[in-house]
Amino acid sequence: MCLGIPAKVIEIKEDNTGKVDYLGTKIKVNFSLIDDIKVGDYVILHAGFAISKLDEKEVEETLSLLKDFIENK
Amino acid sequence: MIVESFRNKEFIEAILKKIQEKIKKIGFSPKIMEVCGTHTMTIHKFGLRKLLKDSGIEMLSGPGCPVCVTPNEIVEASIDLLSNHRNLILATFGDMTRVPTKKGSLLTSIPAEGSFKKIVYSPEECLNIAKENRDKEVVFLGAGFETTIPSIAFTIIRAFKEKIYNFSLLSALWLIPPPLQAIVKSEEININGFLYPGHVSTIIGKKPYEFIANEYKIPGTITGFEPVDILLGINDILDQILESNPLVTIQYKRAVRPEGNPKAMNMIYEVFEKKDANWRGLGLIPQSGLKLKEELSQFDAERKFNLKIKSQSKDLRGCRCGDVLKGKISPPECPSFGKTCSPESPRGPCMVSFEGACLAYYKYGY
Amino acid sequence: MKNKNLKKISLEIGSGGRLMKEFISNEIVSLFNNEILNELHDSALLPENIAFTTDSYVVDPIFFPGGDIGKLCINGTVNDLIVSGAKPLYISLALILEEGFSTRDLRKILNSIKEAADRADVKIVSGDTKVVKKGQGDKIYINTSGIGILISRPRLNDIKPGDKVIVTGTLGEHALSIMLARGDFGLDARIKSDCAPLNFLLPIWKKGVLWMRDITRGGLASVLNELVENLPYSCIIHEEKLPLSSPVKGASEILGIDPLYLACEGRAVMIVEGKKALSILSEIKGNKLGRNASIIGEISEKFGKSGELLLNTLSGGWRLLEPLTSELLPRIC
Repeated sequence: MCLGIPAKVIEIKEDNTGKVDYLGTKIKVNFSLIDDIKVGDYVILHAGFAISKLDEKEVEETLSLLKDFIENK
Repeated sequence: MIVESFRNKEFIEAILKKIQEKIKKIGFSPKIMEVCGTHTMTIHKFGLRKLLKDSGIEMLSGPGCPVCVTPNEIVEASIDLLSNHRNLILATFGDMTRVPTKKGSLLTSIPAEGSFKKIVYSPEECLNIAKENRDKEVVFLGAGFETTIPSIAFTIIRAFKEKIYNFSLLSALWLIPPPLQAIVKSEEININGFLYPGHVSTIIGKKPYEFIANEYKIPGTITGFEPVDILLGINDILDQILESNPLVTIQYKRAVRPEGNPKAMNMIYEVFEKKDANWRGLGLIPQSGLKLKEELSQFDAERKFNLKIKSQSKDLRGCRCGDVLKGKISPPECPSFGKTCSPESPRGPCMVSFEGACLAYYKYGY
Repeated sequence: MKNKNLKKISLEIGSGGRLMKEFISNEIVSLFNNEILNELHDSALLPENIAFTTDSYVVDPIFFPGGDIGKLCINGTVNDLIVSGAKPLYISLALILEEGFSTRDLRKILNSIKEAADRADVKIVSGDTKVVKKGQGDKIYINTSGIGILISRPRLNDIKPGDKVIVTGTLGEHALSIMLARGDFGLDARIKSDCAPLNFLLPIWKKGVLWMRDITRGGLASVLNELVENLPYSCIIHEEKLPLSSPVKGASEILGIDPLYLACEGRAVMIVEGKKALSILSEIKGNKLGRNASIIGEISEKFGKSGELLLNTLSGGWRLLEPLTSELLPRIC
């Protein structure tokens, strides 16, 4: 199952569990598979676990690449 | 916010245009294999398959559906366990319950006294269920690739630390790189490029695919799951073809690091070791599956319940899921497709699993 | 033709999809066979302009965000009359109560029934109460039957290419509110059932409506498939025009379900004459319950084959919207 959702971290507890928010829905999540997470970061959520942190710089770069396509560069 | 831009029609049209220009330069219609079942689903859900075909790209579905590649003998063992063992809770992910075998499916099976089935969303839920039901045995039928395996490994570690001994794992765990090697080695199908699975790669990184570019000279890119990601991935492969420079690139840079997730990888190999495994359609592939290490065998349902799982179980008659999983035939080319095999009465898991190629074709047409 | 393999009733037969339809056709319609029943409208259209309908309510849980089984049992039946072109007038109320069911909960439900009946302008005129032993029924089951006066009739034969598809509001809220209320998923979303009476749609029947259905079990895609499979045309829906709230988009993606197959209990879909679509939309939007109404598609003879329901996706591609085999969730209404 590759289904993974990009969700925003809204709560991190001491035991590495917490909550993320996806389009207004809050989900319980386990952060034990990744390090250096803070509230406000985006993660990929899969089967109740955060498996990767989203690099927001790369999101911007991809969006910028897409705009290049529109301008036919 | 992120998600909607990545489904935007304008972007898609612009990338398709570029793709069409590059196909003209290439001079032939490349065959690209999307390995992951979730890619197959996205391609169909957003109606990309026809858009791509009209642009000259033929997409082949690969073996990246863990429910589809799990041979029937494992599901049958879980059905036996549930039907014959009292006070047992069989927990699994949703689509596993509908896989048809000669013993029926988990969904239609009748549990023994005091036993029941439970659909879970996270493997960790099983530990809570085990703690709340100390008088019962909880068996988790866990099917998955490297995306899911770390969460299962974590669950085993937690079970060990918290001494939750009424929990065990019936594992159907598969590694992605070995079947890809089997597919390129077999030369049954001529593949011109690979869309590598984005979320598996968040865990394993890019190194495990490099042999495909270096030894077999086939380009590929690790791709995300939004429509825009898939088209950007295909565009990247076409660039590699035009430059005659096969590589493993990362389209899904926002989520995938070249080194993957070392913490998750370490957790996997703290708990599991590789074994030879029998895949539906692809047969026995060396070092392609995982089993629990000896010191954790108390959590291995196969050993705990003495399940003699033999690799002999056949697919139901008329089922050609094996060939679909290799990309040898597309679902509509299977003689059973839409006739004796449909979501209501499936002959095989490709029609059942949320990521099955046959289900995607059947549901979404076009 | 009876299904010889059907030895026992499975949950899927009650769930509103293809399997239920086959069951009804093979076991019910073929046995009772008369020209009124055979039409299988949401309400039976009787001589003397009377519409008559019945529904049973087994929703679990009985209290959920946005309503309860009482509110549901009135609105569900009232809406079946309205979408058949009838003004609802009288309701019968039959209760099957489990021994030990809380009287406080029962009174809460009865009050919801009263509120809903007043709001829908119908009278409860007949009823029945039964109590079964503990364990032989689940808290409370309700059956309501309804009678109304036909003010208009569906005009299936007048549907032609260019006619428009309108939905009266956001989709999927009832089904999701039930799923989340069952508490299985560890999700927390602000989603309330959309359970509501559709009386405000009665005046538009005579202003160009050709066909109407309430979007219950199986969701929008199932309801539209039932229409389209009998037409010599296809029906196109434009994904970007679908009214979906953010919480519904988010929760359904996380759960891996398609909102087009999720039941509502206060939303209608209709086919209207092409030229009158904008004025009908405007009238629907004038009511609070219709504020998110949208023209989402049209009947076509250019795209797809006859009988097909197609989605023009956000990304500009196309996909088929197949009828649902069986409801994703049991006991949703």
